Amino acid sequence: MTALNTAGWRPEMGPAQHPDQESHAQETASGDKGLMLEEPLIFELGKPGSTGVDIDPASRAPSDTLERFRRKSQAALPGLTEPETVRHYTRLSRQNYAIDLGPFPLGSCTMKHNPRLNEKIARMAGFADLHPLAPQQTTRGALAVINELAHWLITLTGMHGVAMTPKAGAHGELCGVLCIKAALQARGEDRRVMLVPESAHGTNPATAAFAGFDIENIPATAEGRVDLAALKARLGPDVAGVMITNPNTCGLFEPDLKVISDAVHAAGGYVYCDGANFNAIVGRVRPGDLGVDAMHINLHKTFSTPHGGGGPGSGPVVLSEALSPYGPLPYTARMADGTVRLIEEEDAAEMGHSQAFGRMAAFHGQMGMFTRALTYILSHGADGLKQVAEDAVLNANYVLRSLEDVLDAPFGQSGPCMHEALFSDDNLPDGFSTLDIAKGLIDEGFHPMTVYFPLVVHGAMLIEPTETESKAGLDRFIGSMRSLAARAKASDATLKTAPHYAPRRRLDETQAARRPVLNWQGN
Amino acid sequence: MRYLPLTKADRNEMLGVIGAATVDDLFVDVPAAARLAGPIAGLPLRASEMAVERHMGALAAKNLSAGAAPFFLGAGAYRHHIPASVDHLIQRGEFLTAYTPYQPEIAQGTLQVLFEFQTQVARLFGVDVANASMYDGSTACWEAVAMAGRITKRRKAVIDRGLHPHYVSTARTMAKFTGDVIDYKAPKLEADCDTAGVISAIDAETSCVVVQYPDLLGRIPDLAAIAEAAHGAGALLIAVVTEPVSLGLLEAPGHLGADIVVGEGQAIGVGLQFGGPYLGLFGCREKFMRQMPGRLCGETVDAEGKRGFVLTLSTREQHIRREKATSNICTNAGLCALAFSIHMTLLGGEGLEQLALVNHARAQDLAERLAKVSGVTILNGAYFNEFTVILPKDAREVVRELADRSVLGGVSLGRLYPDDAALANGLLVTATECTTAEDIEALAAALEGVLA
Repeated sequence: MTALNTAGWRPEMGPAQHPDQESHAQETASGDKGLMLEEPLIFELGKPGSTGVDIDPASRAPSDTLERFRRKSQAALPGLTEPETVRHYTRLSRQNYAIDLGPFPLGSCTMKHNPRLNEKIARMAGFADLHPLAPQQTTRGALAVINELAHWLITLTGMHGVAMTPKAGAHGELCGVLCIKAALQARGEDRRVMLVPESAHGTNPATAAFAGFDIENIPATAEGRVDLAALKARLGPDVAGVMITNPNTCGLFEPDLKVISDAVHAAGGYVYCDGANFNAIVGRVRPGDLGVDAMHINLHKTFSTPHGGGGPGSGPVVLSEALSPYGPLPYTARMADGTVRLIEEEDAAEMGHSQAFGRMAAFHGQMGMFTRALTYILSHGADGLKQVAEDAVLNANYVLRSLEDVLDAPFGQSGPCMHEALFSDDNLPDGFSTLDIAKGLIDEGFHPMTVYFPLVVHGAMLIEPTETESKAGLDRFIGSMRSLAARAKASDATLKTAPHYAPRRRLDETQAARRPVLNWQGN
Repeated sequence: MRYLPLTKADRNEMLGVIGAATVDDLFVDVPAAARLAGPIAGLPLRASEMAVERHMGALAAKNLSAGAAPFFLGAGAYRHHIPASVDHLIQRGEFLTAYTPYQPEIAQGTLQVLFEFQTQVARLFGVDVANASMYDGSTACWEAVAMAGRITKRRKAVIDRGLHPHYVSTARTMAKFTGDVIDYKAPKLEADCDTAGVISAIDAETSCVVVQYPDLLGRIPDLAAIAEAAHGAGALLIAVVTEPVSLGLLEAPGHLGADIVVGEGQAIGVGLQFGGPYLGLFGCREKFMRQMPGRLCGETVDAEGKRGFVLTLSTREQHIRREKATSNICTNAGLCALAFSIHMTLLGGEGLEQLALVNHARAQDLAERLAKVSGVTILNGAYFNEFTVILPKDAREVVRELADRSVLGGVSLGRLYPDDAALANGLLVTATECTTAEDIEALAAALEGVLA
């Protein structure tokens, strides 16, 4: 047993440093404390040379032609039996916070409940056990799913077309920006500048730079919105377009978006809208009505596909009539007889899509996310989706108005917020930071909000409750936030060392980066 | 609505706290012209669980799933048996409904899995370090090309003829916009890879040589020879593995001189799912670590000195670096990486070798039987679990006719290379541990019928 818990707590380390000595007075020999479990690495649990899978022996020896390519030695990886494996991952799972355990109010991430019907549908053999290159005559239902979801996304956004293949939000952004680039190339124009508001998420400038654009920042007004005058003044023949997030990262609707779009179009540019915050307006406002040319939709945000500990995502991009011809391959098309066809390279010209900028990835997109998202959409319908936006916005405003007397709400006077409430560290006393509030929330049993983003607000705390939190749940969260603000005000030193009740205390990120250890070093 | 907990009374009470009369007052910033009065027209309204299940079930039933027919498709997506515990564990809510581990104190489960995953991938590939995964194999492949450009300060990628055409296409799309040069030609129907050809294309401008291993036609390239030539010219070797089970039998690319090894991890733990979500694998030599794209998990200690894990080297990433980031990617394929890692934990190196031996044996059985079909010849010299057969007519037609007989007979090269008539009669076939003797006989019999 001494091989286990090698770097965790050991008796010779003495009592842990803790402000509340009593609860830690009794250290244990195992390192576990009741239901607080320590778990070794798989490499410490098993040794290479074993396996937990029963495989019938091969019926014949490898062919002679393969001999010179043979591996000299097995990959040095342990194989654990099923009971060991199930226990390892179950124990690890208990060190994670998750939506299923409580509110997860990460701003801009839309951590809503993930319906289990989605999971059940995605696992139907007709979807889960289907090869992407199976003959089209055997995949009609799968192609119909892609096409039906595409129809919903186009209709909900009031746009002309949609590219379904991007694999995540940032990939969708890239797709939209490449459409803009392709459209400019088709016009024979070399516009080099992409305008990005300074409140934008970092992927916006990263994506535009990757596509070869020069980035110029547009300032925000004191009300937390795009500075319309500054933007208009910068438009000209060198400007390819603008990337705007609406609702923006301060949680506010950009009321001038249509005016901005008209000005950008008049100057020959295109409008990219970051759709990360679509949950605030789904079913209530169509971005197409605001002059948007391209917008990615994070299916894992607005349409509830699971975040999975960081992916996989899915980022379809809706496109205006001006950009649709340049969208990537493949795509689906509904034929006159009602069947849905997959249009790949060989059929693109025949289907009038010869200007497609190419392929963004192998195969046809995140099908497993499409089945889940369509299931979610059909469950809600047009009326339910509208209710989603309304409840999401209502919940956020309720949080905003329930906390603005104890925390600084920099745009509290700008009117109602959309789906997320933004606070700064302005009201925190000296010596206490946004990070302390976040770590204090962990002890309160909540996942922290998004912190230090957007960058335009000092010590930003961005809270997105989503529509799937009940009022009682929000009241508990608000109570915890008010308690933390009071503890900071009372200079409670234990807040500076929070969390105390998580599987780990604050982790040393500097050491991790200075001397990176990215894999297990043992044998 | 079953997913919306607020009651009418809650909503009214909350509006009172906010100081708004109606929920419409919260949308005042939306210009009047863009405000919609009611639900968007022309779309259905909410539906019960049962109704949705019925609708989606009917669509699922219109597909012929791999398990419902003799099945021989591969070409970058492989059907393997996934142990029952894998899907059970990835559905635990603590994994399924967690997010990126930005708060490491309450995400050690996800982080430790990523650390174990990175170790598994590095050891499988024979490289020093691996990242926490990418979108899929094709995007990982392009990211490797871009990374080689950053390291060598050169812009020309020499791509071997045997790289999956979707991967080539993805790289070409990106290169068109970044100005990189892609030197690539379609494959020829020859028994072995064109090692001399790819080596002769390397010059002083070459940043990297990209070689799929085994290649699209199922042949096995001589990575060591290509590595030597690439390194001699100051270029990097990128190996691309689309069937990771092959590494149970074949030497790890890193041990043969590959500087960057990328791959598609779908074959281990992740189902076919009609093409996605899949799992990009990415590893490299330690000296290139800081040029690697994607998320990385690293070991550290907490305030009490206990071992713990965090996301690290994020100074490469877009949320810090903005337009100067190494890549615009800000996610990985977390849940797919978890599935891969659990399946690999069950297999171990030993199980992977056994699995690979069975796959190869089934493929030998398949090749032997198909060789007896009149008019069919086997192209490959060496192969693992996938190889190319040459038919006496266009393989696209044959695949369709086989499907009419409820046999999923393989991937026609015509589907992958529509413009290349010389490849039209080629058919890629794959056998795995799922393939039975009856399946093989069914394909052979159907093929005899179609070709008669």
